[in-house]
Amino acid sequence: MPAPLEYLAVSCILFGIGIAGVLTRRNLLVILMSIELMLNSANLAFLTFSRLHGQLHGQVIAIFVMTVAAAEAAIGLAIVVALFRQTGSVRIDEATRLRG
Amino acid sequence: MEALFHVATFYVFAAFALAGAAISAFSRRLVYCVFALLLTFLGVAGLYVLLSADFLAAVQVLLYAGGILVLLIFGVMLTHEIADVSTEANFTDIKFGAVISGILWLLLVVYICKVPWAVLDPLPPYAPTTRAIGLQFLGDYLVPFEYSSFVLLLVVLGAATLARKEVD
Amino acid sequence: MNIEYIAGIIKAVTIPVMALNSIPLLVWMERRGSAFIQNRHGPNRANIGPITLFGLLHPFADAIKCVFKEPFRPTKAHPIFYPLAPALVVVPALLTLAVVPLADHIFLMGAEIPMSVAELEYGIVYMFAVSSISVLGITLAGWASNNKFSLMGGLRSTAQMISYELSLGLSIFGALLVYGSLNPNEIARLQGETFFGVIPAWGVLMQPLGFLLFLIAAFAEANRNPFDLPEGESELVAGYHTEYGGMKFSMFMMGEYVAMVTLSALTVTLFFGGWQVPWVTTEALQATVGQPLRVLCQFLAFAGKTLFFCWLFIWVRWTLPRFRYDQLMRLGWKVILPLSIVNVFVTALVLLGLGWMKGTL
Repeated sequence: MPAPLEYLAVSCILFGIGIAGVLTRRNLLVILMSIELMLNSANLAFLTFSRLHGQLHGQVIAIFVMTVAAAEAAIGLAIVVALFRQTGSVRIDEATRLRG
Repeated sequence: MEALFHVATFYVFAAFALAGAAISAFSRRLVYCVFALLLTFLGVAGLYVLLSADFLAAVQVLLYAGGILVLLIFGVMLTHEIADVSTEANFTDIKFGAVISGILWLLLVVYICKVPWAVLDPLPPYAPTTRAIGLQFLGDYLVPFEYSSFVLLLVVLGAATLARKEVD
Repeated sequence: MNIEYIAGIIKAVTIPVMALNSIPLLVWMERRGSAFIQNRHGPNRANIGPITLFGLLHPFADAIKCVFKEPFRPTKAHPIFYPLAPALVVVPALLTLAVVPLADHIFLMGAEIPMSVAELEYGIVYMFAVSSISVLGITLAGWASNNKFSLMGGLRSTAQMISYELSLGLSIFGALLVYGSLNPNEIARLQGETFFGVIPAWGVLMQPLGFLLFLIAAFAEANRNPFDLPEGESELVAGYHTEYGGMKFSMFMMGEYVAMVTLSALTVTLFFGGWQVPWVTTEALQATVGQPLRVLCQFLAFAGKTLFFCWLFIWVRWTLPRFRYDQLMRLGWKVILPLSIVNVFVTALVLLGLGWMKGTL
């Protein structure tokens, strides 16, 4: 039977991959995906704790996290599309102007 | 027998999730990144089921695989020459990012290992949770629930404003 | 091994096989239907000597042809994703059927066994979750073929399905509010009552607008005419499956037909009483004819209703012309979505009012 440690290990590695993706990638879309990975790992941790304590609060919070993730994806993609219209690419190192 | 099955499925789902995550964060081909994300979402949904949060697993598939992933595919298709199979996505300065993420990750590992975690009871109680979660939303979490609906409304407006073509 | 495991295995094998076996029947219905409606030549030319069997041999000829075609991959197509895409369309369509109840629970050797592969408390959510994966399969097919027409088809279908999935989900909200349950079997059982002792209390009578919106969104979701723009032959050759042939192509067809069966089954479960035989409750039926015959009656009622809706899909396909793309999007976002939100709102108000009248709120 996997202990909480094993679920948390998966969650932790997932989070690490997400951080590495955010910090090393240049494409804004991949950065968005890495953020989704991190949110997923957070959810996994929430559900592990929920299971560990036999309470539902973790599951409720996980649904809120998913709501935030959906909002983040929608706004993020709107920004990506706007950026693409302005600069013709979605590389973050080319997004250097503060005004359109 | 059932415990063995449980362990085996755990490792299969964990492998799916981690392999998908690694591909989607580090692959140079953008389309691989997007579709590997599907693998991660399904693997994580499987882990949710093993944690007896099966309703959450269904919501995860519905929201992530059916919603967010399709949005991301849209993003890829709107902003790239998608017809070109080798749509590439490069790295920035690898050293800097790798060092910082490595440090953060090590901190996480150290703190997780410091806590003496209990072993989960052998058979996860399968109890229907849907109604209980719904009651929580309308009970303890009523204010955050209403607030999140407000946030979603703002997101719709904001996304529409941002992505709208400038009318000159 | 206890009886529940054995029953579970039997159901998990039988129900997909039944769904897959309904495909030749539907293909036959479609070809005969198109022949009747548009005065075309039907499939009744496939024959063994003088035997044509009303065209029933044609599906077999089709199947044999598809199986024995050479599996072929275009040089520029992606080596992994190109064969993976058809599977990603078929498998979710089949998985969706897992929660559809074919009859009321049966009692066997002291155990209560649901007549669906798995009875989930949130079955409707599960159906929507799993069926949303097949969008990705279609998009992947469009991209992996490395063909501009395929890609356009894939893009169109992504936009179309994500737009109409919202309407599909919202249009059943009213019905779900009325039933107060997400469990398909529970929903079917709740429709066994009658109004004034005469009219069966089916969902369509309580949610007529919801049913209409759901039906339109279901046509769009199944990529069927009048919304079959992803594969519009006159514009895109064949859309996302242009580059597919043989068994891979027929897997897309299988996906489409299974999705049709699933959506029909969902329509029947939500709005037409599911396995309910009109005017007869499970208990009354069981007391009269015994359990095996009761299950058979309910299954036949369910299958008959589902086949009717499959026929409706075919009927509409061969009657209506195809929409233009901007008309499709306008219909989805500016007509169906607002109407379904209004439907949810009105339903909630009426339920609130009824609750006040009964004094439960």
